[in-house]
Amino acid sequence: MLDNTNTKVQLEGKVRIPSGCAISGIFAQDGELFSGRDIITSIAVMHDRSNGLGGGFAGYGIYPKHKDKYAIHMFYDSEDDRGKAERRINKYFSYVLSEQIPTQKHPNIKDAPLIYRYFAEPLTEQLEKAQIDEREYVARFALRVNADEDELKGAHVISCGKNMGIFKANGFPEDVGEFYKLDEYKGYCWTAHGRYPTNTPGWWGGAHPFGLLDYSVVHNGEISSYDANRRYLEMFGYTCSLQTDTEAITYIVDYLNRKQGLELEDVAKVMAAPFWSTIERMDEKEKAAYTFLRRRYGNLLVTGPFSIMLGFTGGLMVLGDRLKLRSMVCGHQQNKFYAASEECAIRAICPEIQGIHSPRSGEAVIVRLEENK
Amino acid sequence: MATIDAKGLHFSALGEQLRDLAGHKVRIYNCLGQRYIAAGIKDITLDIDGIPGNALGAYLGEGSSITVRGNAQDATGDTMNGGSIIIHGSAGDAAGYAMRGGTILIRDDVGYRCGIHMKEFGDKIPKLCVGGRAGDFLGEYQAGGVICVLGLDCGENESPVGRFAGTGQHGGRIFIRTKLLPAELPPQVSYRTATAEDKAILCPLLKAYADAFGANYETLVQDTYLLLTPNSANPYESMYVQY
Repeated sequence: MLDNTNTKVQLEGKVRIPSGCAISGIFAQDGELFSGRDIITSIAVMHDRSNGLGGGFAGYGIYPKHKDKYAIHMFYDSEDDRGKAERRINKYFSYVLSEQIPTQKHPNIKDAPLIYRYFAEPLTEQLEKAQIDEREYVARFALRVNADEDELKGAHVISCGKNMGIFKANGFPEDVGEFYKLDEYKGYCWTAHGRYPTNTPGWWGGAHPFGLLDYSVVHNGEISSYDANRRYLEMFGYTCSLQTDTEAITYIVDYLNRKQGLELEDVAKVMAAPFWSTIERMDEKEKAAYTFLRRRYGNLLVTGPFSIMLGFTGGLMVLGDRLKLRSMVCGHQQNKFYAASEECAIRAICPEIQGIHSPRSGEAVIVRLEENK
Repeated sequence: MATIDAKGLHFSALGEQLRDLAGHKVRIYNCLGQRYIAAGIKDITLDIDGIPGNALGAYLGEGSSITVRGNAQDATGDTMNGGSIIIHGSAGDAAGYAMRGGTILIRDDVGYRCGIHMKEFGDKIPKLCVGGRAGDFLGEYQAGGVICVLGLDCGENESPVGRFAGTGQHGGRIFIRTKLLPAELPPQVSYRTATAEDKAILCPLLKAYADAFGANYETLVQDTYLLLTPNSANPYESMYVQY
């Protein structure tokens, strides 16, 4: 069983562990579904960027048979916690299938919690009563379960989007991929993360990716503005409960993209806003747009080094901080887009790729399925 | 010549083999992301097929030369002491990081912060030449040495370097083959068109680049270069309290 009683009391800033991190992503623009094998091979090359304190993957398009249902992935500390959480799930959702997520024994993956998934839809009556849209209903459910330090302390929502899922653990990413048998899934998009925690403890729930609805974030870096971002987000019902700065990025994206209706291009301009001195040199129209975003959403500016990959239904966004303090390279080959912390992670699965390049600081690279363009 | 198949080889195992091969010519093939290749080694001649990992040639010793048939990743030549690194491709961020001797030649582009913290002492003057373009913060905190960006694929109206070149520079020289001023140049950096006298230190570097990659030295030497240097001996003095 997951014993996080010691680590959970150590809050952000109380623990400091020196740093690194690796991320990788593959996206098939024509929607081809491909196995999780390649993403495991890719992230494994960057083994030395992680220290075994967290690895994880997000896959999109992996549940075609249940693509209209919310795939809720859960971690439970114990059977008792599962019972309590399932009563909560039953109160708000009906589900066509609930099962343990298949895993295989792996010598390097220890202390696994109970790992379950549910293909669920909101109960109509509850949804109508709540008078909110369906996605808000699901997001509120996930946020409340994760913030619950009382009855549902031992239950965590790991992902809750449609036709996607997050698979993560405490361990090296390549071991985590084998543990979850990801080569048996097929998706059009995969992202991966190898963790080298800075400041915060390594634990199952703290591994990346972080997810809310269909958003998933993997992140290499360290957010100096975490507390400022966290406090601002709290005003809108987001409780950062997983002790990692990446969680805040996930909520920033959810708030700006889903709730405020900003395009992802503009979300990137808020998170990695240019300097005022750079804005000053823009033409009037551009200057007005950037000035508005910096003024309106100044509290969601993310400072400090980061490179992130944001997965969402039908697309992938790559973004680096405005000073480019973390590495990221991208490239295309045939129908696929690749991005990773290091070129070797792309070459490992696509040796012949041409035109590998590095996005500029604050430049959002967004790829979408051709059908969605 | 010794050969090493680096497929699946961990960087520490590769490093051990290379340390035993100092003084020899070595070819590494199937290289994929191994870090710290040839770190601190003197008198080794390396030919690398594939993608070496971060900090290629870190602390590289006198008499060593590394040739890469492909791209290099981040922090190429980190704190290198001497010798040469020649990249037949591009390099990632922070190439020439804290370099204190030797020469780095990069055929194509480099990422951000190329030449950050380069330094020099006496006749130990590190030199770095980039054939393509450089990202932002070129020569950040540069204290010495020579950085040159050629922008061979740049048009007349585009700068081969990014924004904030020379931020924190307090020594050394940055030559850019352009007539344009880089964007958002800090006030502590002064610029002028390089004179024949200024170019004296640049010519051997251009010759080395031309020889390594088959460029035309004669035309490169004739071209106009912008030279960035710190605007005084102590450009950041005003930032500190004076007693």
